Amino acid sequence: MTSDLSVHISGANTVWVLLSAALVMFMTVPALGMFYGGLVKKKNVLNIMMQSFTSLGVVSVIWVTFGYSLAFSPSELVPGILGDFRWAMLSGIGPSDVSPYFVSDATGRVPHIAFIAFQCMFAVITPAVISGAMAERMKFPAYVLFISLWTVVVYIPLTHMMWSANGLFARQGLADFAGGTVVEINSGFSALACALALGRRRNLRGAPPHDLTYTLAGAAMLWFGWFGFNAGSGLAADGLAAQAFLNTNMAGAAAALVWAALDWIIQKKPTILGFATGGVAGLVVITPAAGYVNLAGAMALGAAAGLVCYAMVVFVKNALHYDDSLDAFGVHGIAGLLGILGTGLLADPAITRGFAMAGGTGIAGLAFGGAKLFGVQALAALVTIFAAFCGSSAILWVVDRLIGLRVSEKDEAIGLDATQHNERAYTVIE
Amino acid sequence: MKMIVAIIQPFRLDEVKDALYAIDVHLITVSEVLGHGRQRGVTEHYRGTKETGNLLRKIRIEIAVNEEFVEPCLEAIQKGARTGELGDGKIFVYDLAECVRIRTGERGTEAIG
Repeated sequence: MTSDLSVHISGANTVWVLLSAALVMFMTVPALGMFYGGLVKKKNVLNIMMQSFTSLGVVSVIWVTFGYSLAFSPSELVPGILGDFRWAMLSGIGPSDVSPYFVSDATGRVPHIAFIAFQCMFAVITPAVISGAMAERMKFPAYVLFISLWTVVVYIPLTHMMWSANGLFARQGLADFAGGTVVEINSGFSALACALALGRRRNLRGAPPHDLTYTLAGAAMLWFGWFGFNAGSGLAADGLAAQAFLNTNMAGAAAALVWAALDWIIQKKPTILGFATGGVAGLVVITPAAGYVNLAGAMALGAAAGLVCYAMVVFVKNALHYDDSLDAFGVHGIAGLLGILGTGLLADPAITRGFAMAGGTGIAGLAFGGAKLFGVQALAALVTIFAAFCGSSAILWVVDRLIGLRVSEKDEAIGLDATQHNERAYTVIE
Repeated sequence: MKMIVAIIQPFRLDEVKDALYAIDVHLITVSEVLGHGRQRGVTEHYRGTKETGNLLRKIRIEIAVNEEFVEPCLEAIQKGARTGELGDGKIFVYDLAECVRIRTGERGTEAIG
């Protein structure tokens, strides 16, 4: 893998990947914590922020001790699905080692440790996204146990399948630039499992968000961090990173405008929350596609995500009566699915032509005459949906038997900040 | 005319509102207040430091009613707010001297409903 003498650590690429890793960390805390925090009642705001912080703690530790090894080691316990423990505690990996993984630049690599740090932040943010479906009613210890088991049982095998050298779908030529399967469909359908297992919140009278300024600031910080999430996923500071960067912005913009316009037409006013939610849906849909589609493709995907996610969140959720509290499923699950299928449709070979992962011809979706890609994308999406929903449901069943998922009716009424953490976010009189 | 003032646990507000709607009382004013009774507040921890005797969040409900609504209101508020534990709160009833509906200038029992 690194025997080629021309393979070296590129300083420029290393700067960009480390910076991108920090940007993805920033998406988890404070961005996601604030985005979600503003949407809950003020008696639960600390708890939802703590869920994001806790993922940064718990999953980081799992990742370095054995998680990265199981996800990315080329030697395998289960071929195509799960690595082994050869890199546990990052054994044998030093600061001067070159990453065996590359995307757009095969020779100018980053340090192996930089790749591990970047991937660590992806593993951290994914369970934090799920917390949106558990908001305002889950026992804190149950959350900690859930994300620990979930990272090992669901996230790591899917990451191995989609992104590792020997992964089942990686070898089929899956085009998932920054995690439409591993991060978005995965967290979204796991969130649906959580919403169904936990049941609806009590006294759910519209449950008005307690501070939309938080939510808007959080959405802006997510948008900012997403530049690292997507444009860093090529693992190089090159033209493809720039394309992914601008694609990310255009999809977010298109989706935000579509959502706000639908609010304007249907609810008679363009809402701030609609704009912010639409923006996030657009950023999700472009995640798998960022390094494959052209700007028109990015805007088309963004607009489609705005439309479909709006329908899911505003009509389907209320009709089906499940309590996906902060729309982790309706936004991440649905837009992630659209994005991975959209990549199979709209991948433009002119974008990837000449970059390392695509070779001389570039990666083409159905619209550009690529016959094979769409099928791989659809199959990977189906496997992700199955693993996320069934794996999460099984883990939730176990956690429920061990310690119970939900707080008591009274604790839910008093609020999770006071009952789970013995703290309050706001004081009225000092 | 009476003024009913109830101090209740914040987490029983929805139940109290439902109980009041059930007897067709919709004109209520709600505010967030702080206070404590015999249970003397809560203990919270901030970086290991115990903060004792903190005032508790309570909800204050004010309802101005005509005489025939007083007993049903008292029943409804108790039904909604009672958990049987310390801190369930109190209800106070005062005589109400006057009531004016600003929009129309109506006064007294006409203005209240």
